[in-house]
Amino acid sequence: MIAPALILVAVLLALAPAGMALSGIARGPAILYGACLMVATALCAIALSSLLDPAHPVSSITLPIGLPWIGAQFRIDPLAAFFLAVVNFGGAAASLFALGYGAHETSPGRVLPFYPAYLAGMNVVVLASDAFSFLVAWEFMSLSSWALVVSHHREAENVRAGYVYLLMASFGTLALLLAFGVLAGASGHYDFDSIRAARPVGQMASLVMLLALLGAGSKAGLVPLHAWLPLAHPAAPSHVSALMSGVMTKVAVYGFVRIVFDLLGPSEWWWSMLLLAVGGPSAAMGVLYALMQRDIKRVLAYSTIENIGIVFAGLGLALAFKAEGMDLVAALAFTAALLHVFNHAVFKSLLFFGAGSVLNATGARDMEKLGGLIHRMPQTAFALLVGCVAISALPPFNGFVSEWLTFQAILLSPQLPAWGLKLIIPAVGGLLALAAALAAACFVKLYGVSFLGRARTALAAEAQETDRFSLAAMFVLAALCLAAGIFPAFFIDALDGVSKSMVGTSMPHQASLAWLTIVPIAEGRSSYNGLLVFAFGLLSGSIASLAIHRLASDRVRRAPAWDCGYPDPDVAIQYTASSFSQPIRRVFGTLLFSVREIGEMPPPGSSRPARLTVEMHDLIWETLYAPIGSAISFATERVNVLQFLTIRRYLALVFSALVLLLLVLAL
Amino acid sequence: MHGLEFDVAHLLAGSLVLASFMMLYQDRLSALLNVYAAHAIVLALSVTWQAFVQHAPHLYVTASIALVFKAIVIPVALHRIIVRLGIHREIETTFGVGLTMIGGIGLVALSMVVMLRVTPTADALAREDLAFALSVVLLGLLIMVTRRNAVSQVVGFMSLENGLVLAATGAKGMPLVVEISVAFSVLIAFIVIGIFLFRIRERFDSVDVQALDRFRGERR
Repeated sequence: MIAPALILVAVLLALAPAGMALSGIARGPAILYGACLMVATALCAIALSSLLDPAHPVSSITLPIGLPWIGAQFRIDPLAAFFLAVVNFGGAAASLFALGYGAHETSPGRVLPFYPAYLAGMNVVVLASDAFSFLVAWEFMSLSSWALVVSHHREAENVRAGYVYLLMASFGTLALLLAFGVLAGASGHYDFDSIRAARPVGQMASLVMLLALLGAGSKAGLVPLHAWLPLAHPAAPSHVSALMSGVMTKVAVYGFVRIVFDLLGPSEWWWSMLLLAVGGPSAAMGVLYALMQRDIKRVLAYSTIENIGIVFAGLGLALAFKAEGMDLVAALAFTAALLHVFNHAVFKSLLFFGAGSVLNATGARDMEKLGGLIHRMPQTAFALLVGCVAISALPPFNGFVSEWLTFQAILLSPQLPAWGLKLIIPAVGGLLALAAALAAACFVKLYGVSFLGRARTALAAEAQETDRFSLAAMFVLAALCLAAGIFPAFFIDALDGVSKSMVGTSMPHQASLAWLTIVPIAEGRSSYNGLLVFAFGLLSGSIASLAIHRLASDRVRRAPAWDCGYPDPDVAIQYTASSFSQPIRRVFGTLLFSVREIGEMPPPGSSRPARLTVEMHDLIWETLYAPIGSAISFATERVNVLQFLTIRRYLALVFSALVLLLLVLAL
Repeated sequence: MHGLEFDVAHLLAGSLVLASFMMLYQDRLSALLNVYAAHAIVLALSVTWQAFVQHAPHLYVTASIALVFKAIVIPVALHRIIVRLGIHREIETTFGVGLTMIGGIGLVALSMVVMLRVTPTADALAREDLAFALSVVLLGLLIMVTRRNAVSQVVGFMSLENGLVLAATGAKGMPLVVEISVAFSVLIAFIVIGIFLFRIRERFDSVDVQALDRFRGERR
């Protein structure tokens, strides 16, 4: 299966220069995105067929490219197949969306060449089976996505986002480079098979794990390495934002799983604690940041941090249970994490597509300028509602299933013998529960402020429904959210092979259970039937609405609503995004964002309006990134003197460096 | 290893170091060029001896390249250049001769210590050769650092390159292609530097690199 996959990736790479030619043609974007859609769909089919075919789980190939004495090795195993499916499903959906959305692009020449290259880069990362190809593809992915982030480079904000992204991406690649360097060891075998054969142990293994967490975690957006993510993801065109948030963060998760679960051997006891201690706070911090935002795409970007936190917490649980020999629970936690990877890719793409449609229709990303869009864009509103419910982890949609499975694993933590884990896992469970609840609040705010109520600006009042390709992409994803929610058994069973190859065992077979119930551990303990919940919800909802329509007055009357004492019902008196999140800001803000609210009342008799000023600080940026930044600029200013030496001084510098090194050698 | 072979090789390599020291204190340009020519002749002799000892006929080619280009063509050309530039009588103010010589002795000592320490398993002849070659390279660098005149910096660079050739011929089995390409690269470097000398001269009326620094607005 690997050969056709690589041929398709080569087609994607060939589309990149074609994108340059096509950007001048009126139908160019449609042709390019159509080609990307076909290639990504074919790749997704390949991935699914090797994921679901247990007879031929692994297929590999060595190509004579790359380093001369190694070549480039590629391999599809269950883990790669799963992530390949996620990448290409996201890629296909984004390409379908872009068939409509891309027509509005103001500078297609800056997007079209990089888009297929970006897709190809992500594919190669997943397929690579030696460190060299992996790192080259990783950097290729980072750079092509950087080019997409700065595609609208006239806006100063985007340029800054691109700069921060480039720095953080380089940092992440450096960490991964060092991780692979340690993995290769003194013998210097860079292909994964040799690394598996000679695994580092003890402190070296821990070092690799830490470096992988830094490298993959910075790409995935774990707190506190997330600083670039909410800047860069919203800056790109919306279909690219969807790919970055929905798919590229998953490629980072893949890198982490590949290194820590596959290439490294048995884990040390504290690895799982570290993962949990990073994952839980990432989830809570991500969603709290999201709640404080007014920009739709930025809310979605911060919410990605939350979901990545949940995934990493799941991976931490898997490591913890695996280390204690509780393989079945480890498989449960691992499957939950992977299922959340898939689910997040689906609904985050859907939400970014919705945000892109709104952006196209109104030209605004600020929620305070929207409102009432449900009347102007009913289909987008419906699809986005599904996404919002799914990401808020409400049944019967898919977000609920994966988070519920994660909690099932958390609830089994009292059986762990280690005291540290016994203490930390319930705390992380609390953080995840908090994050789930806050995520619901966050998406109620996003949906309510942008789609409900009345239009706050003329732009929102005159919005038009988006085109049919964008709608098709959104509805496909929305349908998948529902399907994965009510038939989770099939999706869980599809992950059996991955779980077997990574944690040694898999969850019990689910699809054969009666009524499509899923039972992660034992029937007596817990079970969930999405179909039943869906049917019950549908039935009770229909009965309730029928009853209201039958039993209450069926005549529609239009009358002035009670105006709460405001004689002039202006659109500005609606709930705003900031006012909705104010209670939460009051509770968490003083500590986490050192919020200061300054209310300024005019004296009696004055006609001056009252003012409320809210001052917020990004403490992570100010305490971690800003000092590093100023330290670096201080050092560079000192070193800058070296740029202006005379020729003889340069010679003397080289000479003294040489003599110094020789002295070191001699003494 | 016969005693005589070793002794002669030792003598010639030592003479090369001695020639480097002589270059170190020459403060007149034409004298410096003459010493450089002598330096190249010693190198040619040393390489010839290596060719004889190692029974490596291709080293005779290297030796003749060294003799023709480095001992004759380049010094003659540089002589003509300095005459045309009118600086052949110029006396360079270098650091104090004593200080430079002490620095040079220190460098030779350093290279001995380094080389004898890192190559205990190597052939005795190659060891000595490498130690002397490193001394010549370091002394060449010292010449470049202590001189202000561009021509003498070029000469320092050339003597440094002689040290490299000495190291390369001391190690057995270096292919001729490498030698020839090194020789050509030096020739090309010489041509380029020669052209630059005239360009600098045209622009600044001097080949004292201090003039360049002044032009860049640097304080000394």
